[in-house]
Amino acid sequence: MVIEQISVFVENKQGALSEILAILAEGQVDLRAISIADTSDFGILRMIVPDSNNALALFKAKGVTASKTEVTGCKLPDEPGALYRVLKTLCDAGISVEYIYAFITRRDEDAYVIVRVEDNAKAQDVLRAAGHVIIGPEDVKSL
Amino acid sequence: MKYWNPEIETMSRDALTALQSERLQKALRHAYENCKPYRAKMESAGLQPGDIKSVEELWKLPMTVKNDLRDTYPYGMFAVPMKDVVRIHASSGTTGKQTVVGYTAGDIAIWGECMARCLIMAGANSEDILHVSYGYGLFTGGLGGHIGGETIGAATIPASTGNTKRQLQMFTDFGSTVLLCTPSYAMHLGDAVHEAGIRDQIKLRVGVFGAEPWTEEMRDEIENRLGIRAHDIYGLSEVMGPGVSCDCEQRNGLHVMEDHFLVEIIDPATGKPVPDGTPGELVFTCVTKEALPLIRYNTRDICTIDRSPCACGRNLTRMGKITGRTDDMLIIRGVNVFPSQVESVLLGIAGVAPYYRLVVDRVNNLDTLEIQVEMTEGLFSDEERRIESLVRRIEKEVLSALGISAKVTMVSHGTIERFEGKAKRVLDRR
Repeated sequence: MVIEQISVFVENKQGALSEILAILAEGQVDLRAISIADTSDFGILRMIVPDSNNALALFKAKGVTASKTEVTGCKLPDEPGALYRVLKTLCDAGISVEYIYAFITRRDEDAYVIVRVEDNAKAQDVLRAAGHVIIGPEDVKSL
Repeated sequence: MKYWNPEIETMSRDALTALQSERLQKALRHAYENCKPYRAKMESAGLQPGDIKSVEELWKLPMTVKNDLRDTYPYGMFAVPMKDVVRIHASSGTTGKQTVVGYTAGDIAIWGECMARCLIMAGANSEDILHVSYGYGLFTGGLGGHIGGETIGAATIPASTGNTKRQLQMFTDFGSTVLLCTPSYAMHLGDAVHEAGIRDQIKLRVGVFGAEPWTEEMRDEIENRLGIRAHDIYGLSEVMGPGVSCDCEQRNGLHVMEDHFLVEIIDPATGKPVPDGTPGELVFTCVTKEALPLIRYNTRDICTIDRSPCACGRNLTRMGKITGRTDDMLIIRGVNVFPSQVESVLLGIAGVAPYYRLVVDRVNNLDTLEIQVEMTEGLFSDEERRIESLVRRIEKEVLSALGISAKVTMVSHGTIERFEGKAKRVLDRR
């Protein structure tokens, strides 16, 4: 059960990010989670949206370089140490994490974490075995 | 000493023309007999070597272009057996393949003679300590400057390029009096001397700069910074290397070593010679070269020529400053760069060449090259490390293909201006 993340290339120049966000605003896209990786030369905007195909189409229509990546979503209690337990579980299983970002919603008491790993199935098995709750696309829509 | 070779340098135009015509006939015979591509070119033009009797008939001969040398890579245009070749140099070509040039011992001696004339013309002499900060290697600058220094009997320092701190130390400790390098490197060294506060400890008095176009403003700036008199020298490896022409104390054009190199200016559109003083493509014919004959070689450089006598006493034709080129070749840090070389690197990495642009600038008096590459879906990744390693790979392959380093920047799709569907490949801010 994977979640589709949309990643967008952000050139390192003034206004680049706002141009991308304008496309999302125009398309009435509701952002569930957002994260920016930035280096000194460029950035990558990563986002979780209810309808990833729609967001991807919006970007393509505007000629913006974007891609879809399968990531693992995990629901965890919003309390100290929760994220550590998730990462420790993966680390103990020898799974490398490319990147991670977390978010909370107003609808429930829990927190959510998005994890990018090479093998989602393996990571999810390990997490489930340790008692963590994996979320899927339907969960993203209803958040 | 005012002239290295007064007989030639002050020879009357009539005598010079007679000498050129005699040498031209010999050169054509040599090319026709010993170099298949020239024989083929002449035959297809319906010409025999004997048909051309004087320089006035030069225009009848077919042209030679850089591609002729590239297509016969590496030695196809050589007209002597390899046992007679004593030196090889090379410069960048349009598709990554280099243009290879060869020299016999006689060619090298003529190079020394021409360079010696240039150095004397610029005011150097055998008492000088001559500091060569052109790159030594396949590029002709280093060894070309070097042979000139040794020919006039100057104490020649093969300093080569780079390591500015060590260059300054040689200025002060070795007492360099004449500096040979690219004008942009001279500017850079001038800055470094100023920063180090050693202007009163250096003995430089003459500079001979070339291998890239520069302006009169730059000349003033270099002279102020280093406290020298700066001269402009021109050359290209296909013809010989540095020493094809140089400006004298009048600094009103560069005297071409016409007893060895015939010079013409042609209309790029028609290929026909234009009247003196009219800008056009600069074309050279080498009349004494043995290893690599060169008949009507189109440099693609744009300039003018002036055949009137010079106040310095020389009657050698003067060429003006190069004002541009008719192809897309760039000269960056003295190195020939074609945008298509970058294209083949990108093609090799991405499978299809993304839109790209070369941004050339001059920062702290050194040429910089930035290659902007538009991000494509094929190159994009959600992981920054993959994009970073792509950038490093492009930089590494560009360095290997061009011989100079470049900064690669990934830019958004659609950033690079398109003209009739084609991207504008170069932005030169110098």
